This record gives sequence, structure tokens and C-alpha cells, in this order.
Amino acid sequence: MILPHALFFALACFALAFVLNLIRLLTAPTVTDRILTLDTMTVNAIALVVLYGIWAGTGLYLEAAVLLALTGFVGTVAYAKFLLRGSIIE
Amino acid sequence: MMLVVEWGIAAVLVGGGLFALIGSYGLLRLPQAMQRLHAPTKATTIGVGAALLASSLGDLPGGGAFSAQEWLVAAFLLLTAPISALFLAKTLILRGEAGDTLPDTRTGRPWATLEQSPPEPSPEPPIPDHPVK
Repeated sequence: MILPHALFFALACFALAFVLNLIRLLTAPTVTDRILTLDTMTVNAIALVVLYGIWAGTGLYLEAAVLLALTGFVGTVAYAKFLLRGSIIE
Repeated sequence: MMLVVEWGIAAVLVGGGLFALIGSYGLLRLPQAMQRLHAPTKATTIGVGAALLASSLGDLPGGGAFSAQEWLVAAFLLLTAPISALFLAKTLILRGEAGDTLPDTRTGRPWATLEQSPPEPSPEPPIPDHPVK
């Protein structure tokens, strides 16, 4: 009967991490920091979706986790490439 | 036996949450740009991996089945986190945002990333116009 409490603790930790990321997003010193924060927010959002899936007792939310992982990585690489080269597809 | 599994999953959940929290806190608090790259790309990846592991095994104590789809997400995240970290580190070096915090290479040559680039990377590279071809 320990699992619901541990699940609640993990959800609270990830939600707090998400809030810290939002603060960093607003106060980021450089543009690269902002991209890194967006990447971290995507990872934290994946964890939140997965934990909500455990809490709801369904595996449906894993599809959303897969999509978030894919688009988060592509978005980070596209942002970094845009900063370096001025264009994404050359 | 199932009690052991349940406590194990609970420990994984708690540890993963703490790792993610430490990763995001490090992103907020570490002083140098290159140091800030470390916290989210390592600690947060471990945290989300722990969450996925708990989701994969979470149904076992209640008599449910093992779920394999989480391992796809975990493998993808573990594969892509170093790549995006490498991209961001190159961005930091080439845009000059790492500043003086880069250590000396001790080979008499600059960092390999800087050798491939124009000698003076401008902090704000101009965005060229793209005529329609």
C-alpha cells in the first residue's frame, strides 16, 4: 500500500521541477539556456504524463509520451541548428 | 515477494522524483553555462528513466502484466539526451556563450569545434535572407 504515496511524491517532485524550469525559462541568461530549459521541460512533461498514466491505471498515455520524446528531441536539435546556421534545412 | 516488488517500485519512484528535482534545481542554480548543461541532461534523464521503469513494473504487485512500451520511450530518451547535449555544447562554444570558462586544451590548438568554424564567432550570428529558389 506504499505505491500511491510514492506515486504522489514523485508527481509532486516532477511538478516542482516543472515550476523551477518555468522560472529558469523566464530568467534564462542566454538563448542556449532557454533551449536547454525547453528540452528539460519536455523530459519532465514526459515523466508527468507517464506518472499520470500509472495513477489513471491505463497505458494509453504512453503514446503521448512517445510523441513528446520524438518532437522534443527534434525541436531541440532544430533550435540549436537554427542558432548556429541561421536556417534549419539548408 | 510482491511486497518486496512493491517497495522496490516505490523506492524507484521516490528516487526518480528526487533526481528530476535535483536536475531542474541544478539548471536553475549552477553558475556557469557548461555546468548548467550537466544537471538536466544527466539527472533528469535518470529521473524520467526511473518513472518509466516504475510504470513498466507498476502493475506487477496488483497481479497485472509487465508492460514493454515504456522501454521504447526510455531507450529513445537515453539515446537522444547525449546528442542534444552535444548540440547545445557546440552552440555554447560557437556563440561564445561559454566565455572564459572553457579550460585550456594543452595541445597548443583550440577546441576542435572552434577549429572547424570561422576564427571570430560573432555572439549573434546574422540570419541570412533566403531567396526563393
